[in-house]
Amino acid sequence: MTFHFTKAATVALMGVGLALGAPLIGAAPAEAKTLRMAYDADPVSLDPQEQLSGGTLQFSHMVFDPLVRFTKELEFEPRLAESWEQIDDRTMRFHLREGVTFHSGNPFTAEDVVFTMERMKQSPDFKGLFEPFVGAVAIDEHTVDLVTKEPYPLVLNLATYLFPMDKAFYTGTDENGQPKDALVKHGNTFASTQASGTGPFVVRSREQGVRLEFERFADYWDTESPGNVTEIIFTPIKEAPTRVASLLSGGVDFIAPVPPTDLERLGNDDSINLVTMSGTRIITFQMNQERVEAFQDPRVRQAIVYAINNAGIVDKIMKGFGTVAAQQSAAGQAGHAPELEPRFDVEKAKALMEEAGYADGFSITMMAPNNRYVNDAKIAEAAAAMLAKINIDVDLTTMPKAQYWPEFDKRAADIMMIGWHPDTEDSANYTEYLLMTPDAETGYGQYNSGNYSNPEVDEMIVQSRTMVDLEARSALLQDVERKLYEDAAFVPLHWQNLSWAAAQGIHIEDIVNVMNFPYLGDLVIDD
Amino acid sequence: MAVVAFLIKRLFQAALVMFVISLIGFSIQDNLGDPLRELVGQSVSEAQREALRDEMGLNDPFLVQYWRFLGKAVQGDLGDSYFFKRPALDVIADKFPATLDLVIGATLIILLISIPMGCYCAIRPKDGLARVVMGASVLGLSIPVFLTAIFLIYVFSVNLGWLASFGRGEHLVEILPGWKTGFLTWDGLAHLILPSIALSSIMLALFIRLIRSEMMEVLEQDYIKFAWAKGLPARRVWFLHAFKNTLLPVITVGGVQIGIMLAYTILTEKVFQWPGVGFMFIEAVNRVDTPLIIAYIIVVGLIFVVTNTVVDLIYTLVNPTVRLVGKQT
Repeated sequence: MTFHFTKAATVALMGVGLALGAPLIGAAPAEAKTLRMAYDADPVSLDPQEQLSGGTLQFSHMVFDPLVRFTKELEFEPRLAESWEQIDDRTMRFHLREGVTFHSGNPFTAEDVVFTMERMKQSPDFKGLFEPFVGAVAIDEHTVDLVTKEPYPLVLNLATYLFPMDKAFYTGTDENGQPKDALVKHGNTFASTQASGTGPFVVRSREQGVRLEFERFADYWDTESPGNVTEIIFTPIKEAPTRVASLLSGGVDFIAPVPPTDLERLGNDDSINLVTMSGTRIITFQMNQERVEAFQDPRVRQAIVYAINNAGIVDKIMKGFGTVAAQQSAAGQAGHAPELEPRFDVEKAKALMEEAGYADGFSITMMAPNNRYVNDAKIAEAAAAMLAKINIDVDLTTMPKAQYWPEFDKRAADIMMIGWHPDTEDSANYTEYLLMTPDAETGYGQYNSGNYSNPEVDEMIVQSRTMVDLEARSALLQDVERKLYEDAAFVPLHWQNLSWAAAQGIHIEDIVNVMNFPYLGDLVIDD
Repeated sequence: MAVVAFLIKRLFQAALVMFVISLIGFSIQDNLGDPLRELVGQSVSEAQREALRDEMGLNDPFLVQYWRFLGKAVQGDLGDSYFFKRPALDVIADKFPATLDLVIGATLIILLISIPMGCYCAIRPKDGLARVVMGASVLGLSIPVFLTAIFLIYVFSVNLGWLASFGRGEHLVEILPGWKTGFLTWDGLAHLILPSIALSSIMLALFIRLIRSEMMEVLEQDYIKFAWAKGLPARRVWFLHAFKNTLLPVITVGGVQIGIMLAYTILTEKVFQWPGVGFMFIEAVNRVDTPLIIAYIIVVGLIFVVTNTVVDLIYTLVNPTVRLVGKQT
């Protein structure tokens, strides 16, 4: 009942606006513009701090606003923070935008940022990311300091993850007597079903896993945004062919991701606006040196890298929907060393095997998921066939991700597939999780199933954590990539591309980005 | 009396079946994967995951966990879904009307087409139409449901633009508290037709063939020959005498097939993004939402037991010579 009323009220208000505005500026009549969108999954919770995942962050950019955000060129753009300055080597001061209100009507102040940061440090998913921070300190109503334990180069990167939550709204107890700011991973909480942010869209209704409806926030602060979407109907459509069919049949206007098999078809369709770009999720194989003695020899690891035709995999299996990689850091990231080229040369690979004394090859096991990365199982099959050419006999097992991760944790095969996208969009993050010497205490090398260990690399990454001279830091991280390349620490395959498709007239090309957080508040739909 | 004794016996069987299912469901849960992987982000530390696992009681010994589950289960609480954060049974109850819509739609299609077609093919087996139908039924049996579904979407939704490609639509009518159906609006029907056809495709072909062969067999029997000799009108012979006896095996098979249809709803609902229990189940498996998986298995087990009981009861109505419980003296 209430939403019918609001809808009627909005239409009435727009009518008034139209009557007043049209004669004055002679602009085209503003009308309700609905975006019906379908992703492969919907956010698991309305709580922006419950799960650190793409889905949550995409949702956060709709209902909340970060302090700063990345532009398409990976530069920082002011949002709720209008400007910022380094006060000392451990403190960054943010001057907050004035006159911003939350969906609840509460004004946005520095206290909300402090509240958000404190809650962030309680979140099982986010607290690791915010570990370098001491906390946030409110200086006055619209000034807040972010203080780190040590000099920290990525304060702004992490400020893109700081979506201020409405302190007054999330304070008190709900009908079950639970505190409203409770953060429980596997229970019903106030924050997981109610949201009050400052973002361009207000959640109108939600049927989890089926439908999520938003309407534009009438008092949104960013009045300069060109965005003209007044309503969003979000439907998760898991099955890729159905998602594509729904776009083609006009059931929805905007889908993501587009399956590689349909890229050509959608690209050739004049009624469809297809956008793809190279992403930052690297797909790799790790060679377990503890399980296989031969992998301790860098020549054998190099031979494997030389034997795997990753350009061919991108071309044939990914249908060009990927960027061939020779390192972890994608172009544009701090540690990207531009001169590193993909290596593929079977003769060289054979020679290296012979040199290492393994001309006759050996047998190994390999495991890969079959529903985690784009074409993951097919890539593993192709790689296994390529390794047969240098006499490495591969026994490959593929399995759904739900079963794969426990196997990965057990380091259950000699070669395992792992993809990684750094939450911080920072180069050091790849190495920190994938290739540093595993250490349960610090959490370094948590996903290093190859047990690759290079003290020099470890030291360089630790050093980069506190380097605030970004140029020197970038040079250091590039050196890390060079060392890893030389050492053949892992098998680089490719960075997965990102893809979105919409009906013509919906200008998604202006709002999508390499982080895969479309800024839907700024989306323009033609009349 | 016989019916009461029969029902009591069935009740015990049902309880036993439920117990065995819960035990099996519970013992396979370790092989389904690690629920924590789906609950937390990739960079969350193993120590943090372990702490959460402890908190959720996932590190307790099997028997402790199972005992705790049974204790709650006898009070009608099958645990909370990790994903929906609500009691698993509530989630299933919410999703059930959607699946029921689909099953009713498919059943209607099967009944309305298979009975006349099956009879026709039995009565005029050499007729051209009968041959076409039989040929098509072989195709229907051998094409997987998801392929039929995608084919239907591309023809009727993408190319012709007549019917919806996913979901249930927005205009549903609540006919009972909590049960919204799509049968009463055009929009609802436009969403229902394709998934219902897809779901019915395999079963339809099977039923046409079954009814045809059963009826042909019955038509060869002596009492039919006698009916012809008596000069009864053809309609009476076919549809009263022959058809009634054709039904018996069809009902038996039908009862079993309803259960199998539930399995096919998983595929159909997945392709059509149909918000029913089948889609919910496959998603629960992907997310390792163990409480929901076990609750689904138990509910489906219950449906099997109930439908089989109902089938046995109908059996006695159609053929009074069948006895429910043993031999009566």
